[in-house]
Amino acid sequence: MIKVRKLVKRFGLKTVLRGMDFSVERGEFVALLGPNGAGKTTFLRILASLSRPSMGGVNIAGYRLPDQAAAVRRRLGVVSHLPLLYGDLTAEENLRFYGRMYGVQDLPARVAEVLELVGLITRRRDLVRTFSRGMQQRLAIGRAVLHDPDVMLFDEPHTGLDQDASAMLDAVLREVAARGRTVVMTSHDLARAADLASRFDVISRGVITASVKRDDIEPNNLLAFYRQALQES
Amino acid sequence: MTIEGESSYLASEKVTSKAAGFLRAMGAVVWKDLSAELRSRELISAMLVFALLVILIFNFALDLDPATRRDPTITAGVLWVIFVFAGTLGLNRSMAVEKDRGCMDGLLLAPVDRSSIYFGKVLGNLIFMLMVEIIVLPIYSVLYNVNLFNPGLLIVILLGSIGYVAVGTLLAAMAVQARTRDILLPILLFPVVLPVILAAVKASTGFLDGSEMELIRPWLNLLIVYDIIFSAVAFMVFDYVVEE
Repeated sequence: MIKVRKLVKRFGLKTVLRGMDFSVERGEFVALLGPNGAGKTTFLRILASLSRPSMGGVNIAGYRLPDQAAAVRRRLGVVSHLPLLYGDLTAEENLRFYGRMYGVQDLPARVAEVLELVGLITRRRDLVRTFSRGMQQRLAIGRAVLHDPDVMLFDEPHTGLDQDASAMLDAVLREVAARGRTVVMTSHDLARAADLASRFDVISRGVITASVKRDDIEPNNLLAFYRQALQES
Repeated sequence: MTIEGESSYLASEKVTSKAAGFLRAMGAVVWKDLSAELRSRELISAMLVFALLVILIFNFALDLDPATRRDPTITAGVLWVIFVFAGTLGLNRSMAVEKDRGCMDGLLLAPVDRSSIYFGKVLGNLIFMLMVEIIVLPIYSVLYNVNLFNPGLLIVILLGSIGYVAVGTLLAAMAVQARTRDILLPILLFPVVLPVILAAVKASTGFLDGSEMELIRPWLNLLIVYDIIFSAVAFMVFDYVVEE
């Protein structure tokens, strides 16, 4: 579903991604783990077509980036640590706006369905600026799945959430992934990643340094695996 | 239907659906901006308060000389100072809303022609600027005892506002990426928009003092040409301006 070959990204003289290779099969949930500055967000922004690669190839659902960016965007849902929502619009208005941007058919019914999915149907007429951070993040997931994308990208979605809000977000993430979508999620939180993902990749200094499937590692050993991958990089 | 006829029908269908997608996205951006502004009234009130303060300051500054206050050159100059500075406040705020909560990324992630986002923002900003101008004109007219309800002047204000907003929205999209966006926008915008302001002031003066149309027409033509050229340039470069 996602194939990345020899990806390089430079900002001026600084090289953030250094010939990165990465691939994800349909239906996989990959947790991309790494320290600050490893290149996780830059990598996700390139996958999301928000940033152009300096070199290398990116192919998502059979479409090349950046040449076929619009076709890729139609198949992508993106959630970052910012909600990408308008505070002065209600939850329903935000989803209706994004639904129009994506050309979603039968929009009122789809908006209601998505609000039900993220548990905000009773707050649909409330302004987003009155929502807690957790509620905003759940609505952000609703925004990202509104057009029923095949691939979901989550950039540290738990940032700034308390335990309860994180647990609610996890439930929504599981629901989203259970529908056969391909998911790539960056995270600092190993325990949370261990709970959600089917594969763990470690990124350090702009390359993937280690990768392991959930079935091949005990959840308790994930921290040791992560530390070793960082040491070897 | 022949094969050639069918392929030409399919091609025209594709163009129609692309145009419909463009208009749909543009309309969605305008609807979003108007809905958010009707609720918060942040942008319009900031522009309006600023515009009224400038009217008052000039009113006191020119108080001692009633003849000067009604001079068409002074009237046109003061009006365009008000519109330009109030407009800059609006442009800055309009793009800051997109940047602060990451909403610009949300817009750029949509599978639409990115110039539809630009034209949606332009139309929204133009509506806000025209709303302020509609309120400012009668107030100015009463305070300065000048009749501003001249169809020619209103056309100049519309053309000048279109040119100003077309360039301003593009440059605001660039400036919003910088930490110093509030001061960067006027520094970038005013030199580029100088031809519009000059032509608008000259044409406004012409209509206010009842000059011959032959004297006003070159300035009107300059405004129209500027509007067309900069809308076309923005259409071509907006995608590159907003991309990292």
